[in-house]
Amino acid sequence: MQYALFLGCVIPNRYPGIELAMRNVAPTLGIELKDMEGASCCPAPGVFKSFHQPTWLALAARNLIIAETLGTNIVTLCNGCYGSLKEANEILKMDSSKRDEVNKILRDLNKEFKGAIDVKHFVEVVYSEIGTEKLRGLVKKPLNLNVAIQYGCHLLKPTKYRKVESTERPKFLDELVEVLGSRSVPYRDKMMCCGAGGGVKASNPDVSLDMAKEKLENMRDAGAECIVSPCAFCHLQFDRGQVDIRNKLGVDFNIPVLHYVQFLGLALGFAPDKLGLYSNAIPVDSVLKKLEAPIVA
Amino acid sequence: MAEPKNNVIRLDELDMGFAEAVAKAGGEKINLCIQCGTCTASCPSGRRTAFRTRQLIRRALLGLREEVLSDKDLWLCTTCYACLERCPRGVDPTDVILALRTMAAKAGHMLDRHKMVSGFVIKYGHAVPINEENRKLRVSLGLSEVPPTTHKSKKALNEVQEITKKTGFAKLVCFEWK
Repeated sequence: MQYALFLGCVIPNRYPGIELAMRNVAPTLGIELKDMEGASCCPAPGVFKSFHQPTWLALAARNLIIAETLGTNIVTLCNGCYGSLKEANEILKMDSSKRDEVNKILRDLNKEFKGAIDVKHFVEVVYSEIGTEKLRGLVKKPLNLNVAIQYGCHLLKPTKYRKVESTERPKFLDELVEVLGSRSVPYRDKMMCCGAGGGVKASNPDVSLDMAKEKLENMRDAGAECIVSPCAFCHLQFDRGQVDIRNKLGVDFNIPVLHYVQFLGLALGFAPDKLGLYSNAIPVDSVLKKLEAPIVA
Repeated sequence: MAEPKNNVIRLDELDMGFAEAVAKAGGEKINLCIQCGTCTASCPSGRRTAFRTRQLIRRALLGLREEVLSDKDLWLCTTCYACLERCPRGVDPTDVILALRTMAAKAGHMLDRHKMVSGFVIKYGHAVPINEENRKLRVSLGLSEVPPTTHKSKKALNEVQEITKKTGFAKLVCFEWK
């Protein structure tokens, strides 16, 4: 199974540990990764679609063409990248006038969008192309943890460009976490936004942080020992957000945040340093300590 | 959202073509709104601010162009799409908000922080560019010092810049070429 790895911005430039985890974990799952050389920002869906939609579409098309040239489907580790590339790909495949408009812009760069590939999120690949049964067989170290799952909005919505079972009560990520030996804890407003998207984190940081705080309170109250998300931007929002909340509001949550690929890597038996787990703002020590302890019962 | 400037809305002050313009800009189904308020009830931003999606759509439908486009609360939507998925009329409120934002940007109401983020994409190809701390971190993790993106390829970055020139984006966000 071959995939073009779309890195985006937050992963390579703020959480390279997630990139490292992906490069180490993918081969174990039978995924061969190709680098998308010269790729740019996806560009961020809620942000650039808010400013100038033809630019959003043209820059996304340029990224899609890199994978078309490689002849490989794209895999992303960020819901924002997934949202932009997936939607742009669908729009350009379906709407010939928009495709012509974009190709006109790209013509001088000797590029043309052909619509030859698909865009997938890593958790989508794991769920539908590997599957929970096969995954169960690959687990070397069951993760005995209470996990608060953050799906993130753009993994699921808008459904006009994606096929998902449910946006209100999806189950696939819960299954992907529980098959590794953990319990997905139910918590209030589980499907609520982390607060980072749509340019709100940049323009209204206090509102953005207040949303993260509300979710963190609900996760804590449900007894979560860590947060697992498939989105790099949710990851940043909850990990660095906890530091901002501590500094600005004096509230300490101290809940470790793991990207799903890092969490999966632990279950597959990778050492934490092979998963970049030591570069988070909130230390993951409590999680690692619990995993070392012998399971009683 | 700020209170209306006065309680009287004068017909001659309304832009009767505004809803049509919003539809053209991507909020195609704005006219289907029946003001039920499911959008407002679903909004995580509105839960903690004065941002009211239903009110925004009503004002847009009335033709309160300047009031809608200059309202800073327009930028409180995180694009979580909860309203879009729940709207019983299929108005696609998030798309309406995105359309209003592009119109606001065009009318000169783009926020400075957003111009800055846009500038990063033009300058580096990344909305969140690499910094010294993360160059070091990458190396310590055994990764290349910069990722194999526009950060590594001048040619790739030039392509991104050409696109932003050609679409008028660089001009829209007042990017200064140096």
